[in-house]
Amino acid sequence: MNYWPLLGVAVIVIGFALRFNAVPVVVCAALASGLLAGLHVPDLLALLGKSFVSSRMLLMFVLTLPAIGLLERAGLREHAQQWMARLRTMTLARLLIGYLLVREVLSMLGLMGVAGHAQTVRPLLAPMSEAAAEKILPTLSDDDRDELRAVAAATDNVGRFFGEDVFIALGAVLLIQGFYTQHGIDLTPLSIALWALPTAIVAFIIQSVRIWLYQRRLQRRALQLHGEQGG
Amino acid sequence: MLRIEYAYWLIALFLIYVSWRNLRDGHGSRAAFWLLLGLLFAGGDYVLAQQKAGHPLPAQAAGAMVIALALLAPRLKRHAHAETASTEQRLASALRLGHKLFVPALLIPLVTLLVALFGAHLSIAGYALFATPQMTLTGLALACVIALLAAARVARAPLHQGLSEGRRLLDAIGWAALLPLLLAALGEVFTQSGVGAAIAALANAILPEGSAFACLLVFALGMVLFTVIMGNAFAAFPVMMAGIGLPLLIHQYGANPAILGAMGMLCGYCGTLLTPMAADYNLVPAALLELRSPYGVIRAQCWSAIAIFIATFIMMWLLVFR
Repeated sequence: MNYWPLLGVAVIVIGFALRFNAVPVVVCAALASGLLAGLHVPDLLALLGKSFVSSRMLLMFVLTLPAIGLLERAGLREHAQQWMARLRTMTLARLLIGYLLVREVLSMLGLMGVAGHAQTVRPLLAPMSEAAAEKILPTLSDDDRDELRAVAAATDNVGRFFGEDVFIALGAVLLIQGFYTQHGIDLTPLSIALWALPTAIVAFIIQSVRIWLYQRRLQRRALQLHGEQGG
Repeated sequence: MLRIEYAYWLIALFLIYVSWRNLRDGHGSRAAFWLLLGLLFAGGDYVLAQQKAGHPLPAQAAGAMVIALALLAPRLKRHAHAETASTEQRLASALRLGHKLFVPALLIPLVTLLVALFGAHLSIAGYALFATPQMTLTGLALACVIALLAAARVARAPLHQGLSEGRRLLDAIGWAALLPLLLAALGEVFTQSGVGAAIAALANAILPEGSAFACLLVFALGMVLFTVIMGNAFAAFPVMMAGIGLPLLIHQYGANPAILGAMGMLCGYCGTLLTPMAADYNLVPAALLELRSPYGVIRAQCWSAIAIFIATFIMMWLLVFR
């Protein structure tokens, strides 16, 4: 067994730990790992180039930027915030948990690309969350806003990931089934997807509870602030 | 017929536009960076076709361009352009346009959804409108174009204003936009150089004999750790399955394959929430939402990931050996 290519992993860990620019770190790791595995330079270059252009779909979010940018210039985020502030019954927790539910169900139906960080979180969910949080605590600091946006992004991720594994027609389930078929175990996609359901439910509950706790923390701080001002 | 390749060409055109605007503003490195990326997007299909036909030269050139991108990236200082409209202007515009602003924004998910659901049945004069591979993403690209047109109409702004706002956002994201592609390429190189096999061998070496529980724990933690390293549970799954799951858990201890596969994969997904290597879910959103720390999103979701992992592992332990 040739353990030397593992040094590529070490390059990544050290590079990220020392907070170097991630792009050259990743390329160095690829080069180190490939060379230590005994790949020739021309082959390694071709492998790098081929794998890079094969994953071009990962940059698709760039196409959303002109439309989102134009709408933001015309006040989309400001409008989302004002609208949120007017909705009395819509609390921060209800907004985020509602989004989590919709995202997870869409994802279970195989519609992962419908929502996302560029399509829905930046233009809609993040500004609405900020407005909903301001209804609780009007004096949000910059750190609070950063944390709030991060919670919105995390909610999108959790909904997407743990719904996806339940969908039978692509991705994880087919990969699992394909692996077993290669090794002589025949399973239907449905029998695999079924066992992703418990975790999908647990993930929904856990993220919802965390959102609710986050809201309660904001409410406590608001109460404290109120008490100080009143006293 | 609308194919995913058209979307790549559209991205290439936009990247070259961004490069040209940066060149005009005197940002040489940034112009070169986006130009190289634009060329890689425009020539990607040619590279893949030539590679398949046994001509590695275009792919080698693409590899050299990737290295050039890596050399340029540290020279791109991430900086936000000044907002093009003042807060007062945006508030006034928000009041004037109201809910109309939501229409183009919601068109993006809506059109994508419609194409994903019905795209396969649409045809004009007997020709299918959408090619089957990557239909949802083709739908997303179409949705973006429609949303841009709708946004220009709603805001009564010229189209080029959309391009120039898009350029402002892309420059704010900067080199982080490149990471998902690079990490996917790294995963491929890791696989080809046998990193996976080496890790599986190490995991086997530390595996205690005769305890099904310990074996399952090493399997589950291995899925998490390997996903953290590769940034992708799909890369971790075959390695951990071939190393531990299949020979030991299934054949020796009689684990249920469906449960082991589904829940093992989900353990890996918990790892995806923890790692900067999954850049498209963790680092790009941090840049997109203009967080000051690139690890803000990971910090916000790490306790969820740990709790979901523990719950999944307990369920797997209770169910898998029945």
